[in-house]
Amino acid sequence: MLELLQRLGHKTLSRLAAIGRAGQVLVQSLVAAPQPLVMLPLVLKQIYFVGVLSLVIIVVSGGFIGMVLGLQGYTILVDYGSEQAVGQMVALSLVRELAPVVAALLFAGRAGSALTAEIGLMKATEQLASLEMIGVDPLRRIVAPRLWAGFICMPILAIIFAVVGIWGGSLVAVDWLGIYEGSFWANMQQSVDFYDDVLNGIIKAVCFGVVVTWIAVFEGYDCIPTSEGISQATTRTVVYSSLAVLGLDFILTALMFGEL
Amino acid sequence: MKPADDSIIDVQGLSFSRGERAIFDAVDIQIPRGKITAIMGPSGTGKTTLLKLIGGQLRPEGGKILLDGDNIPSLGRRELFEVRERMGMLFQSGALFTDMTVFENVAFPLRVHTELPDDMIRDVVLMKLQAVGLRGARELMPSELSGGMARRVALARAIALDPDIVMYDEPFTGQDPIAMGVLVNLIRRLNQALGHTSIIVSHDIKETLGIADYIYLLSDAKVIAQGTPEELADVDSEQVRQFMQGLPDGPVPFHFKAPDYYQDLLQEL
Repeated sequence: MLELLQRLGHKTLSRLAAIGRAGQVLVQSLVAAPQPLVMLPLVLKQIYFVGVLSLVIIVVSGGFIGMVLGLQGYTILVDYGSEQAVGQMVALSLVRELAPVVAALLFAGRAGSALTAEIGLMKATEQLASLEMIGVDPLRRIVAPRLWAGFICMPILAIIFAVVGIWGGSLVAVDWLGIYEGSFWANMQQSVDFYDDVLNGIIKAVCFGVVVTWIAVFEGYDCIPTSEGISQATTRTVVYSSLAVLGLDFILTALMFGEL
Repeated sequence: MKPADDSIIDVQGLSFSRGERAIFDAVDIQIPRGKITAIMGPSGTGKTTLLKLIGGQLRPEGGKILLDGDNIPSLGRRELFEVRERMGMLFQSGALFTDMTVFENVAFPLRVHTELPDDMIRDVVLMKLQAVGLRGARELMPSELSGGMARRVALARAIALDPDIVMYDEPFTGQDPIAMGVLVNLIRRLNQALGHTSIIVSHDIKETLGIADYIYLLSDAKVIAQGTPEELADVDSEQVRQFMQGLPDGPVPFHFKAPDYYQDLLQEL
């Protein structure tokens, strides 16, 4: 019994210490004198790896999810004779929920795991230590550009996801199932509010981007530099960021739409 | 048995432990300026840890590490990074940046720490690569290099800024005889030509004795012997003799602590 308590306490303490270290990594990498000439090319390179290379999975998933929404929405709404509202349903569910959440989950799996593995391997092969010995802070050189790239890319990816998803929905509802195009788009235009829906969706995406990138980069930086340690850290990145995204989504939704 | 009075690094009463285990217990080490000093000892005696302490990547629990009078453990983050510009370190794995060519790896310290124009950086990099015999390999990526070549590129990178101190972490481990000979010669030649101070951490006795001016022998968190290679060969201590002659059994036991062999075999499950 005592041993159990002891282990529980030990686990709690080490988790707390990890959260502290994560905060330290975030602050030390981001709070520093700006060096735009050095940072810009590094950030651009990471935007390519983190953002541009994630485009395929985001576009394809967005398209399919939009199509499924269109199909499901039609089969449900047609019973009530209100199938013209499919456009509204597709757009609202994508913009408010699915685009930020699903894009963040895909982002964690595609880009987050890669970030963790890359930084972890740099640690294992002493590249981070050798940067330090050359007199360059790895937090500024390696971690900061990846954080910024993730912060920037995630909201953009979510927006692209929503746009492609709506297009996919219209493809199924209008072109395939034959809903009148005018009412599909007009319904959507009337019901989707820029501040309440679009902006809140973007705010969600920004939050998810920060959380997922932060977790991914920290897990890599803090991993045990062995092959086993890196594989565990990569798994932790995907698990923690998925849980964080879903939990945070509920909190944000409650804050944004709770009064309705 | 005293190193030269003019020491660039003066380690006084250094203590460091990992968990319960003491790695260093009030150790004193002086690194003479402009010479090649070897830190030797069995695996796990904290030789690499010593380099990390000197480089400020770890902080000791007690004692001072003075680099020309500056106490490294008490330096702030920014000062530490400034001091490190005076040091070059060759890591055991080479630790080349895998996303850059050989040329860019060697140019990296110059680009970060100097304002030199590109054509001058090119000249310096080619000179350093020429010194390690790899001028022709400048366009290769680190993944295309053999282990020995990678370590030579890392050496070129470590000396790119002409540091005052170059630290070698196990430079000879895992090298074939030719690469080993090349590295031994390189370290010796570079030390003479550039006039920097070299610290070699190693347990390759023959190669290290061949080039070191002064040797510290570490074991059990202490310096158990020090002196020139000749002096060390004459030290009348079983522990030193065991290590220097590579005897399997002695004060450092061959067997890990275990119960009696017969009893162990006869024990019923």
